[in-house]
Amino acid sequence: MTAASASLALPANRSALRRARDWLANPWARPRFLVLVTWVYIVWSIAPVIIAIQFSFNAGRSLTAWQGFSLTRWYFDDPENSVWNDPALQGALIQSLKLAALDMLIATPLGVLLALGLARWRGYAAEAGNLLMLFPLVTPEIVMGVSLSLVFAYLFDFIEPSTTAQVLGHVTFSLSYVVVIVRGRLFSIGRQYEEAAADLGATPWETLWLVLLPLLLPAILSSMMIVFAISIDDFVISQWLSCGADCDTIPIRIYSATRAAPLPSINALAAIMVYFTIAALLIAYFLFRFLTRGERAAAGRSVVAEMGGFDI
Amino acid sequence: MYPRGLWPLFALPGIVWLLLLFLVPFYAVIAVAFGTVDPIFQNPVPVWNPLDWNYDYVLETLVGFLPGNDYWRVFVRTTEYVAASLALCLLIGYPVAYYISRHAGRTKSLLVALLVLPFWVSYLMRMLAWVNLLAPGGYVNDFLTWTHLVTTPPDWLNGNPYSVVLGLVYGYIPYLIMPLLASLDRIDKSLLEAARDLGASPFRAFVHVTLPLSKTGILGASVIITLPMFGDYYTPNIVSGSPQTSMLGNQIDIFFHGGPQPAIGAALTMVLSTFLGVLMVYYMYTVAKASREART
Repeated sequence: MTAASASLALPANRSALRRARDWLANPWARPRFLVLVTWVYIVWSIAPVIIAIQFSFNAGRSLTAWQGFSLTRWYFDDPENSVWNDPALQGALIQSLKLAALDMLIATPLGVLLALGLARWRGYAAEAGNLLMLFPLVTPEIVMGVSLSLVFAYLFDFIEPSTTAQVLGHVTFSLSYVVVIVRGRLFSIGRQYEEAAADLGATPWETLWLVLLPLLLPAILSSMMIVFAISIDDFVISQWLSCGADCDTIPIRIYSATRAAPLPSINALAAIMVYFTIAALLIAYFLFRFLTRGERAAAGRSVVAEMGGFDI
Repeated sequence: MYPRGLWPLFALPGIVWLLLLFLVPFYAVIAVAFGTVDPIFQNPVPVWNPLDWNYDYVLETLVGFLPGNDYWRVFVRTTEYVAASLALCLLIGYPVAYYISRHAGRTKSLLVALLVLPFWVSYLMRMLAWVNLLAPGGYVNDFLTWTHLVTTPPDWLNGNPYSVVLGLVYGYIPYLIMPLLASLDRIDKSLLEAARDLGASPFRAFVHVTLPLSKTGILGASVIITLPMFGDYYTPNIVSGSPQTSMLGNQIDIFFHGGPQPAIGAALTMVLSTFLGVLMVYYMYTVAKASREART
């Protein structure tokens, strides 16, 4: 019986409410209620951000009323308040990119080595290391922020609150993500390629460099991407280790601006961050596809999951 | 194949990093909380040796948590916000994850990509988006007055607990849906087919098969968002900014950035982490129990 003939059999004068209910709960059709919930959720999760980006193109100074379209006013044109011309906003953009780049350069190699070490090294010390590595993932950021700011104030007092302190903090919380992603890839490729290389006479160094590293490259790439994203997104650690206005990152700027009287330039700044992340994401996605070409066809589906790396 | 000692050597720099910048800092919190305060400059003096600890600040903080006292009220409020947000997240998140895992078919990759999208937008940006929407004269109030649902537009951004819960739900729900989806995906479909073959209605099959099998997933996803929500202070600050909606995280923030009293702030941080640690241990205990039951 199709949905259409089922509804024909019912009385024609049903109320609109009943009809809506029947349409949702029709047992012969797809689970419409779930479809509805899912799509409403997805629209709800994305629409506010799109509206916020839209207001970065507002021609006027309002963040609540649309006053016409201006492509570049809050990005370049406005002589005082655009991202390009306001030193505070420009500084925040540069600081965010600087922290993310340094974090990526330090946390990725450190995390890859740690992942290799922890995955292959057997013993109690390795298990303790594994446990220690998991803690930063479940520690609320405020606890890490407080502890790092206290240790830099009273123990390692040669490190002032500064960009250096911020980088150290960022690396500390991003390290574990790199380890989780790289370790997952290590387990999925197994040891047979390295054993084959050793059988064919490769030295340990050659095995590491010519076999294992190329196989790990997709995971290294996704962890770089993740590190970049979580570093540029981070607010708490950057704020607790900040040296004041000179250390402001984009999230800190947004945070202080929302309680003052924000201009669309703050939306433009936040939007620039979104453009950067999307660009980086696209580059990483195509590189990832390129590097894992020839692996199982199913790999395509796990790209998102593997790049997200949330299945801890 | 590889020389002995190569792997410990590889792990060494990372472990040293975590010891120096994760474990030692945590001990610094304890040392400050159990420390004293310089009588002249009023700045805290950490005490590193447990034998010389001064228990005043920690005791003072713990007394504050007794029912009826200041921190107790903040703690109850925080728990209420977190519980309401968690319940809403599960209520919205479970059907979404269930639909995508079970019925999405060809649209699955598209839907998963759309679900991941919020991860790539900064948390603060997403809060800013809601501040824009909820502002007086923003789209939300425009809509409410246009549809005549309200006559005077409500003030969303000054001490409104609903806005705080909305902010928390909006901020953390992506972190709940992804692990939930992963755990629902792992459920063996043949068990459901067996239930249906044996005459269970779709509803009974869901209640007796899918739901029990996704219990660990629900618990895990809930813990993943509960821990950071308890430490959150920026969400209430951005969407409300009023002492009436302040959470535990706000108290800690105030003791460090408002009127600086780091010793009490450190004691509060310690209490918070102990509480979250207990939650964590309970979660790991249930996971271990579930996997033991699955094996027998």
